[in-house]
Amino acid sequence: MSADLTELYQQVILDHNRRPRNRGKLPTANRVAHGDNPTCGDQCSVYLRMDGDRIAEISFDGSGCAISQASASLMTTQVKGKTAPEVQALYKNFHDIVTTGHAPEEISDLAAFAGVHSFPARIKCATLGWHAAIEAMKSDPMPTTTTESHVD
Amino acid sequence: MLDLQKIRADFPILHQQVHGKPLVYLDNGATSQKPRAVIDALVHYYERDNSNVHRGLHALSMRATDAYEGARTRIAKFIHAADPAEIIFTRGTTESINLVARSWGHAHLQPGDIVLTTEIEHHSNLVPWQQAARASGATLQYVPVLGADGEGGLDLAALDRLLTPQVKLFAFTHISNTLGTVNPAAEFCRRARAVGAVTVIDAAQSIGHAPFDVQALGADFVAFSGHKMCGPTGIGVLYGRRALLDKLAPDETGGGMVSQVTYEDARWKPAPERFEAGTPNIADAIALGVACDYLDALGRDQIAAHDAVLAQLAMEKLSTLPGIRIIGPRAGAERSGLVSFSFAEVHAHDIVTFADEDGLALRGGHHCNQPLMRKLGLTGTTRASFYLYNTEEEIDLLVASLRRTVKFFGVT
Repeated sequence: MSADLTELYQQVILDHNRRPRNRGKLPTANRVAHGDNPTCGDQCSVYLRMDGDRIAEISFDGSGCAISQASASLMTTQVKGKTAPEVQALYKNFHDIVTTGHAPEEISDLAAFAGVHSFPARIKCATLGWHAAIEAMKSDPMPTTTTESHVD
Repeated sequence: MLDLQKIRADFPILHQQVHGKPLVYLDNGATSQKPRAVIDALVHYYERDNSNVHRGLHALSMRATDAYEGARTRIAKFIHAADPAEIIFTRGTTESINLVARSWGHAHLQPGDIVLTTEIEHHSNLVPWQQAARASGATLQYVPVLGADGEGGLDLAALDRLLTPQVKLFAFTHISNTLGTVNPAAEFCRRARAVGAVTVIDAAQSIGHAPFDVQALGADFVAFSGHKMCGPTGIGVLYGRRALLDKLAPDETGGGMVSQVTYEDARWKPAPERFEAGTPNIADAIALGVACDYLDALGRDQIAAHDAVLAQLAMEKLSTLPGIRIIGPRAGAERSGLVSFSFAEVHAHDIVTFADEDGLALRGGHHCNQPLMRKLGLTGTTRASFYLYNTEEEIDLLVASLRRTVKFFGVT
């Protein structure tokens, strides 16, 4: 297997693909956005519970290649607790990483996606979840339809 | 038997390396490669004969016109049409189907009418009918596909129930680009005719792969593309039975398709000019005629036999891979020269990326069959599609590449 390919499919990515974090619908969500790549059929919905201007909870749902699923999974772990400008700044770093292959030293986990830059067709896979998250933050609050349920 | 060595020598593009490996081109369902003769025809036309057709009296225009109309006659012969005027040049299958959906649909469809198609259509033979039904108030219905993997083909009992006198048009694919199912097109046309429905065959996947006779099929309209049958992109054909074309209004209007124009009105030329407004795609039409010569010199029955051998061999060898789900007809059943498959734990795009590293060109995704994918509970498949230059060794390379990939992703 080529060096480019092992660089693309790093252990971190394979792990997030196999065991995605924060996957599924978020019952308490008050924001949602859906992203898709019509050409590949990849889909990603991001659910947020905003507490003031910060992301209190986040989850994602969808289907797609290992790169898109792992990226969405990793994204959810990175943006929790952040404001919209902070998420935008983080996305800019991520976008630089996947398009140039260079990761700033302080960015650790996201650097796993540096290998994407050798595969330009896959950049949109890596950014799909991020776009959905940013759209969700911008979207109008949705009426919460969940009723208070008894939790032990 | 096809002489593969000789055929491969005819296709310059095949002789290259991709990521340091010899190219194994298995994406023929998307587009085929072009033989030297077709490429040369394009170069020759632009270097020697390029001119506008039909209206010129100079030597080049006459040469271009003769070659362009010669291609029409050649293609009529290729599909055994009764009359070259039944061959309308379009950009491809999609434009051909849209032409029927808009022109025929606008003139004939009314509220209460039914347009019948099938659950296995490519978007190009589905969305235009959704639009035509919406515009006219007609209803769109689908012949269901049978089996959890679509292996049972179209439900012929349901077809009989669905084909009522309300059905004004039945549009179906000859060969499914995803399942590899070969529909009994002549039988479908016969049943449709019995209720007075007009038939539209999407022949994109079949036209360059087997003998094709529009009269024997009994088809009213047939749509296909040049680029999947060794011809150039940007050229395709709508075949229409003369009696239908003569009554059909044009979809696009402008130069070349009119006989008389006043400030108040215009009168149309007969088919095929009526449906070819503006300067046509002359060079690619001519080269498509050359592609017909190329395929017929080899024999389309021979190509069909070669496809069938490769498809069965691929079925046999792919089925040894752990976790593979092959969709479409089961091993041993009739199948066109393509195989689509999926692995629960590895997405098609990851498979295709790994295969690319091994020099293999595959296609992964929904193959413009989103509703079918949803029905089969799939987000996409990987497809290997074969043609006249593919070899048995290439199937071994495919299977070896897939085996490495699924192992990498931990599928055992």
